[in-house]
Amino acid sequence: MKPENTNYLRELVRSATGIVLEVEKEYLLEARLSPVAHREGLGDVESLVEMLRMNPDGVLRDMVLDAMTTNETSFFRDLHPFDALRQTILPQLMERRAETRTLNIWSAVCSSGQEPYSLLMMLSENFPELSSWNLNFLASDVSTSMIERARAGRYSQFEVSRGLPASFLVKYLSKVGQSWEMDAGLRKAVKFQVLNLVQPWPALPTMDIIMMRNVLIYFDNATKEKILRKACGCLRGDGYLFLGSSEVLMGLDVALQRTSIDGSWCYQPESRTPAVP
Amino acid sequence: MVDTMSNGSMRALVVDDFQTIHQIMRRVLGALGIHDISDAVDGEKALEVLEKEGPFNLVLVDWYMPVMNGLDFVRAVRARRHHDSTKILMVTTEAEQESIVAALDAGADDYLMKPFTPEMVEEKLAILGLCPAKG
Repeated sequence: MKPENTNYLRELVRSATGIVLEVEKEYLLEARLSPVAHREGLGDVESLVEMLRMNPDGVLRDMVLDAMTTNETSFFRDLHPFDALRQTILPQLMERRAETRTLNIWSAVCSSGQEPYSLLMMLSENFPELSSWNLNFLASDVSTSMIERARAGRYSQFEVSRGLPASFLVKYLSKVGQSWEMDAGLRKAVKFQVLNLVQPWPALPTMDIIMMRNVLIYFDNATKEKILRKACGCLRGDGYLFLGSSEVLMGLDVALQRTSIDGSWCYQPESRTPAVP
Repeated sequence: MVDTMSNGSMRALVVDDFQTIHQIMRRVLGALGIHDISDAVDGEKALEVLEKEGPFNLVLVDWYMPVMNGLDFVRAVRARRHHDSTKILMVTTEAEQESIVAALDAGADDYLMKPFTPEMVEEKLAILGLCPAKG
């Protein structure tokens, strides 16, 4: 690709999403945008950029941003955070919130919905008493099309084969044609919302649990700090933040302390109630 | 009870009437550190291998096979209590909801639909507690 076109795309992605495409990740432009160019009958990515330059605010821009911000996802990705939530964190939080019977959970980078639905299936299996609680479950993503997919809760056979136990598949999803559809009750239990982490956030309830996994790796340190400070600001003092297993806060100036629970790292606001041992 | 977390000592049995599946599974499981792998071409042969060479940590079994199909094999294994700790994963093209329910009711621990990727096998093994979850 011509360097000026690469730079144009990098700047478009950076200004709209905050994602910084390092030189070694530039191959992603070609890899992810070639299918968009072919689908739109534009031949190749060079032609796609020419079209974008002519109409920089059109639907093609959204398609490009969608393609560049869609992350690989699967049900129960990395299992460990789900173990930590099930074995330690949720029993603890439910005890502490017994009076208000309210829990606020945010899946901040929900992609096509596998993470929030995994959490809800886990809650339903292990904490049926939560059905009488006030459970506010927010799931957000920068991509409009991903939010629409997540809200629809329809998955291909390939997608349900990624990380989802068969017992959950047949209990919480139904086969509709060649797809699998998430249980209507679970779909209704989540509020799906488009939210760009690098732009101003809407008013959010104070969260007990925030899942923000495998997204910070795309941002530079200044942007990471901004996002984490905001996340910290809407996290309850004894709440928990989960990042991706390979994401570390080293060198970042944020008031979060790292705790290991049931094989998973998670973060809590500093100088607060320590985690259950 | 056999050790389930040390992949080096794990033993697996692949039951499928297609030799290609045996080869693919050897490659996939080998990449996960599981090298002690036996195979059988139908349910009846698999029961013999299970009794002669068992116990196994994991059995991966196809649905449609001559002589004894996968579902009957699962029922037969689960009727023999000394294999209770063996995890059984059905690996099949059969993708209907009722079939998955039938396999689980028969005693299969999980279900993987063909075609599958190495990642899918790894994730199923993690669900079964047979290999660590990937981050």
